[in-house]
Amino acid sequence: MRYVAPTSIEETVSVLAEDVPAQVYAGATDFIPQLRMGRPEPGVAVDLKRIDRLTDLRREGDQWVIGAATPSVRLGEEEDLVADLPGLVEAASLIGSDQIQSRASLGGNLCNASPAADSVPAMVVNNGRAVIAGPGGIRTTPVASVVTGPGRTALAKGEFLVELVFDRPPPRTADAYLRFIPRTEMDIAVVGAGARLTLDEAGRCRDVSVALGAVAPTVVTVPAAAGILVGHPLTDEALKRVAAEASAVCNPIDDKRGTIAYRRQVAGVLAVRALKLAADRAAS
Amino acid sequence: MSRTRVTCTINGDPAEFLCEDDQSLLDALRDVVGLMGVKEGCATGDCGACSVILDGRLTCSCLVFVPEAEGATIETVEGMAGPDGLHPLQETFLEGAALQCGICTPGFLVAGKALLDRNPDPTEEEVRYAIAGNLCRCTGYDKIVRSILDAADRMEEAVPAT
Repeated sequence: MRYVAPTSIEETVSVLAEDVPAQVYAGATDFIPQLRMGRPEPGVAVDLKRIDRLTDLRREGDQWVIGAATPSVRLGEEEDLVADLPGLVEAASLIGSDQIQSRASLGGNLCNASPAADSVPAMVVNNGRAVIAGPGGIRTTPVASVVTGPGRTALAKGEFLVELVFDRPPPRTADAYLRFIPRTEMDIAVVGAGARLTLDEAGRCRDVSVALGAVAPTVVTVPAAAGILVGHPLTDEALKRVAAEASAVCNPIDDKRGTIAYRRQVAGVLAVRALKLAADRAAS
Repeated sequence: MSRTRVTCTINGDPAEFLCEDDQSLLDALRDVVGLMGVKEGCATGDCGACSVILDGRLTCSCLVFVPEAEGATIETVEGMAGPDGLHPLQETFLEGAALQCGICTPGFLVAGKALLDRNPDPTEEEVRYAIAGNLCRCTGYDKIVRSILDAADRMEEAVPAT
């Protein structure tokens, strides 16, 4: 395996156009363990961390632009980002130990395409866009459309993720992300729930989005939440109906982390807790 | 295949060595540079025994391809003791018997240093989160947590009040 560290998007596109099996990577916190587990080495490992744009984190007008390889620890250090998108920062900060936080990235979490990826539900509820470079130039696509199945993405050969873009929240809008694991740290989600909502001046829900992780091959959203909540306050009765809808959209598996029935139940509970947390933040 | 030359700074000293592209920083530090304080536990980023501070950030050296270290600044447990003796963390680990077999200890010391570098007065909870990426199968963590808190107190006392 050869190591290359291109310093520009154009150089990366050229490397990926060579007739050698290549793997792009950011923090390698998934890539290297996969190699140790027996995945064959690619011909060339392409380190994206020497490209300035991929390790950037900046506010551009009404948007946040986060480089695909920017380490998670940087998100929590950016106070204005924490104020704007606390749920996104929570989700990214939950991934692994301090050692992992120094390396793991939103881009890697997305492209590794684990159904249990913590940051993806949080990116989806915030209508995140993925900026992708490739031989055909630069294209932008919703984060929600990037992962097509466990370990599979919609990225074509020669394409790689450049950055993730999020709108700054309008007034009385906030997000939240909650993860259930059997301990407090260092585990993979049994269920993850992201929520974002906008309240009107009377405290009624104006806009809402809920996305669940680890309960289906890809992140699932709960579109019925809008029909139940928009125009209404977040009453216990309404939230109970949202919980039922959240449980209903799940398509989980039985594994060592939880059973199908358990994951369905927890998905409803976590979705409601995340909505309440987001509502408290939006109101304050 | 020709080997790759890496130039970096290790524990304050310039270092230059040859490596294979798919070699981990952990393997290079041990087998090429000869720093045996960096331990291999899991080699998959779970146990923290190979922790180093890479460009100011606590990192598992097993999850770094060594060519990535080109131009980097690396701190290992070997660099913790100063000219006047052991680092306060090393003293309190010894006094508090915060180790048994010792394999995990360099990783805990480096993680403890990374914490105290950015937060000189951590709470017990902050200490426990900061070492969540380090596994010890002997002592049960409590003595490790106490020793890091004791070291923070000792370092605070050593700084003259302003």
